[in-house]
Amino acid sequence: MIPVLDLVDVTKVYGDGDAVVRALDGVSLTVNTGDYLAIMGASGSGKSTLMNIIGALDIATAGQYHLDGIDINTLDEDALSIVRNRKIGFIFQSFNLIPRTTALANVELPLAYRGVKRGERRDRAKAALAAVGLDDRMHHRPNELSGGQQQRVAVARALVAQPSLLLADEPTGNLDSRATADVLKLLDQMHDEGRTIVMITHENDVAQHADRVIVLKDGRIDEDRANR
Amino acid sequence: MNLLESFRSGVQAILANRLRSGLTMLGIMIGVAAVIVLVAFGQGASNSITGSIEGLGTNLITVFPGTAGGSQADANLTVKDLTVEDAVALNDQVLAPDISAAAPTKRARVSCTAGTLSHRTVMVGSWPAYFEISNSEVSEGGYFTNSDELDGRRVAVIGKTVANNLFDEADPIGKEMTCDGVPFTVLGVLVSKGASGFGDQDDTIIAPLTTVRNHLTGIGSLDTIAVQAASSQMQAQAQEQLTSVLDARHDVEAATRDYQIFNQASLLTTVNQALGIFTALLGAVAGISLLVGGIGITNIMLVSVTERTREIGIRKAIGASRRVILLQFLIESTVLSLIGAFFGLVLAFLVTRVEVAGIQPAIVPASVLGAFVISVGIGLFFGSYPANRAASLRPIEALRHE
Repeated sequence: MIPVLDLVDVTKVYGDGDAVVRALDGVSLTVNTGDYLAIMGASGSGKSTLMNIIGALDIATAGQYHLDGIDINTLDEDALSIVRNRKIGFIFQSFNLIPRTTALANVELPLAYRGVKRGERRDRAKAALAAVGLDDRMHHRPNELSGGQQQRVAVARALVAQPSLLLADEPTGNLDSRATADVLKLLDQMHDEGRTIVMITHENDVAQHADRVIVLKDGRIDEDRANR
Repeated sequence: MNLLESFRSGVQAILANRLRSGLTMLGIMIGVAAVIVLVAFGQGASNSITGSIEGLGTNLITVFPGTAGGSQADANLTVKDLTVEDAVALNDQVLAPDISAAAPTKRARVSCTAGTLSHRTVMVGSWPAYFEISNSEVSEGGYFTNSDELDGRRVAVIGKTVANNLFDEADPIGKEMTCDGVPFTVLGVLVSKGASGFGDQDDTIIAPLTTVRNHLTGIGSLDTIAVQAASSQMQAQAQEQLTSVLDARHDVEAATRDYQIFNQASLLTTVNQALGIFTALLGAVAGISLLVGGIGITNIMLVSVTERTREIGIRKAIGASRRVILLQFLIESTVLSLIGAFFGLVLAFLVTRVEVAGIQPAIVPASVLGAFVISVGIGLFFGSYPANRAASLRPIEALRHE
């Protein structure tokens, strides 16, 4: 079986000459379908760089990265946007919903970019919102929703296109403890349904929800352990 | 993501920033209105001047004595006067079938009095055919006749300005007036042609040629022969027949011709060309304001792209391609421009209902269509730089933007 994520010796270098920064220094990592992985590390450890590369938002300087068997390093920008659309569902720390646009329209957006017809799109977006328990908030705009609700809309948006990978970047970083519990419960539920999740966090109790935790330090994997 | 949806999101973005969008549209609106209004004024001026040239006479060709090249080089040529016989010859239906009428004229500057009122004007002596040739109809009273002309009766038809100055409110028909000591009876008053371009066309008196020659100017050369072509299509043929008749009578050819022809049709063409350039210049000046409006669009779209950098990053992260982002911003700027153009059109229609300085503006359909096409072009052209900038943003940097 092809792993969802397959990183071999991935290196990312910023700058040149004396100012060179090795944000990632030979990271190798395999994530299989249904895995729930937490990536931890102090700030400056390379977490965000790794997340950008895994999310096909950025290209590694060296090394191999296959997502669902696709060699990401060889793709141009338009091909990358297609990969992001089909393969990855993003959940960001700051929710990143489109402002002045209803929850429903936000959730529909990935399907719209994929070219799904309006009627089908609407039905699928409604179903996704129902799955995160927001069927009564569909026509609210982001500024009319609480932080926890916004993050649940973002989860619905990440799920609606049935991606191979859910990529969550500090999903609870901006939430109070109750909303944090809600969102983590939602992610657990997704995991139980067999989805592959990669979550970046710096909080131990959040990372406890994952099956496997890797800790980054200075751009290298410092620790790779199974939870429970 | 089809066009309709991109369109919808464009309109949404415009509505989200009403004041800013409104001010940007104002620029386009003023530009479009300026183009349409100024071109309409140019056209209105053109219509008015064309109208007053046509008021001089229908299908008029005027013959003047004298050589075309001026006096010095042609000193050895004998210049024959234009005579009444020349005019008679031009009325020959066999030699000049496309000339419907020809009438000799002789002008006299006269000072006329009636009762206590006086007025200086020009008296034209001619034949009754002159009324038709010069497009002069009477509104009251009647014309003088061939027998008035043969007998040299002291009768006259006067223009509106002359009537007002000599007779004030009173009815001038049948009244007497004295011009340079010669008493005339007023037979009729001409329909007003208005005053524009060529001075006051109502400041004139028309009297029998014989009378004018006998009492005022003496028997000298004629001033002109006024010739009317049978129709506007026949102008060229009429002019050809005219020259062949006169060349034969004066015993001249093209190089030695001792008379000049002034063709109203060619004047109209020349004047229309000049007015066309004038109108195009007006349109171009107005076009500059449209250009400024377009720069306003670029400006506001750049602000919009900067402001929405993060949104663009989000859209790219969830799979929007360069093309989709480009399209979204292009449509936004084009819709902005089109709505502005629409209001500009409404404004132009309102403004052109007003008559300014005697000119009734005439909206040129092509300028309306042109303004619309240009404003779509402006939306696309001036929106393309900001849209391109948005489309080429790198998603990680855009997402990091606060």
